[in-house]
Amino acid sequence: MTLSSPISTSRDLANDVCLSLQDVSISYGSFEAVRNVFMEIPRGRVTAFIGPSGCGKSTVLRALNRMNDLVRGCTLRGRVVFDGQDLYHPNVDPVEVRRRIGMVFQKPNPFPKTIYENIAFGARINGYRGDMDELVERSLRKAAVWEECKDKLQQSGFSLSGGQQQRLCIARAIATEPEVILMDEPCSALDPISTLKIEETMHELKRNYTIVIVTHNMQQAVRVSDQTAFFNAEAVEGGSGKVGYLVEFSETERIFNAPRQQATQDYVSGRFG
Amino acid sequence: MTLSRHSLHFNPKLPRNRFNLLASGIAGLFAAVAVLPLVLVLIHVLIKGGRLISPRLFTQLPPAPGLEGGGIGNAVLGTILVSLIAAMISIPVGVGGGIYLSEYSGDSGFARFVRFANDVLAGVPSIISGVFVYGLIVATRIFFNQSYSAMAGGIALAVLMLPTVIKTTDEGLRLVPQELRWGAYGVGASRFITISRIVLPAAFTPIATGVVLAIARAAGETAPLIFTALFSPFWPEGVFNPIATMSVLIFNFAIMPYEAQNELAWAASFILVLMILVANLLARWISRMARA
Repeated sequence: MTLSSPISTSRDLANDVCLSLQDVSISYGSFEAVRNVFMEIPRGRVTAFIGPSGCGKSTVLRALNRMNDLVRGCTLRGRVVFDGQDLYHPNVDPVEVRRRIGMVFQKPNPFPKTIYENIAFGARINGYRGDMDELVERSLRKAAVWEECKDKLQQSGFSLSGGQQQRLCIARAIATEPEVILMDEPCSALDPISTLKIEETMHELKRNYTIVIVTHNMQQAVRVSDQTAFFNAEAVEGGSGKVGYLVEFSETERIFNAPRQQATQDYVSGRFG
Repeated sequence: MTLSRHSLHFNPKLPRNRFNLLASGIAGLFAAVAVLPLVLVLIHVLIKGGRLISPRLFTQLPPAPGLEGGGIGNAVLGTILVSLIAAMISIPVGVGGGIYLSEYSGDSGFARFVRFANDVLAGVPSIISGVFVYGLIVATRIFFNQSYSAMAGGIALAVLMLPTVIKTTDEGLRLVPQELRWGAYGVGASRFITISRIVLPAAFTPIATGVVLAIARAAGETAPLIFTALFSPFWPEGVFNPIATMSVLIFNFAIMPYEAQNELAWAASFILVLMILVANLLARWISRMARA
């Protein structure tokens, strides 16, 4: 990887916008969870969302592939532009959106099927016609879980440990060949060793995919991400609770070493949150 | 120190220990009384009807009044046939309704109403279901101008099975973790694919258990069949003719003044109890199989 990516290329990549959030506000019923988010998520890089609980970072993440559609009463104002298309335009099919923007969840959630079928499922429903065995192996290899799985492909996905299950879920997301992978606190249910393995997997993946990760763990954000967005929540007049908003979005190094906002400085130095 | 110290050894003479013993004894006694009816019924039916168990019971028709011997072959076949018709109606409707309630309705007012109505239907006495189907199908001769028929009996039983099937499907699907649905949506599955390929298989066990229990309950019903399937001393002649069933055979033969018929009623009781027992064991086996 060191040979084939000169600096100029990576800078071009940084300028290439993958997902653009334009004045996005998200509400659950009458309760506004996040307001007025402007953000340009670059292609081919890892972007981390950090912030205290209830600041809406997961809500924003789930808005990126219309997962919030599954939550009753959740509405979004503003535009989320992906591939030149507003994802919330009435003509957009959320199923197609999720095929191109995959997701890995907080809790490992393998399907109650064999390891092989867990991977093959997504590919099959997306109309994959190629060599399924090859795809399964390639996906598991990319997610760095092939060694643990290769001798028990026909066993249930639940026979794996928690960390392996989570990497199986990453492999499952990769198998549908998405352009973007969203990860919602993918390591919060895992032990440190498994966490490390997932992070190594992410480093491998960012060569081919745009990754957006929500994390509570600031060290993790430092370790895996190129860009970091800090979200915070504040009480508003007449509101029923706190409303989340984007405080600062910049290079990870900058967020942690020289943030522009005092709130960011306080949060990353552990003064609150 | 106002509290006195006692020895750490267990002292059965202490009031609290005596009371414990008494309370456990009473609770155990009531538990035994609760299973007593089942044991007594099984023993009684076995003694009275077990004597007649032989292959001819399943291969022969009941004798004409006054004659000896014979079997209940037509009633066994009839019960299976009517239960099958009931299952073929209530499983698609019930499972479909359950899927709607759990997956599609999103707790709308309509869904709450359906759930409430379903609970009410579960409490409707079985004879009402019989009278309802009598009025709807038998009296109107809606099927090929036939009145009493196996089909009418099957529909009456389906009405009885429906609430159980809907409820177990609805509750079984709600037990499926939400994360599993997200996982399927996350790899680009449509709602139909998510439900049919991920959620339904995950809930197979509770649904299958509920269906088997519903069939077991319906197979033993008498009241709804008296008005609908009626009875027949002959082998089944298709689904649009009256048909013999075991429960109605028991009802008819037990009160006849003939020894041979009374004995057949006992034998039928034994077979029916056995069939329901086997169905319950099957349901338990299904639910255990999934846990393994």
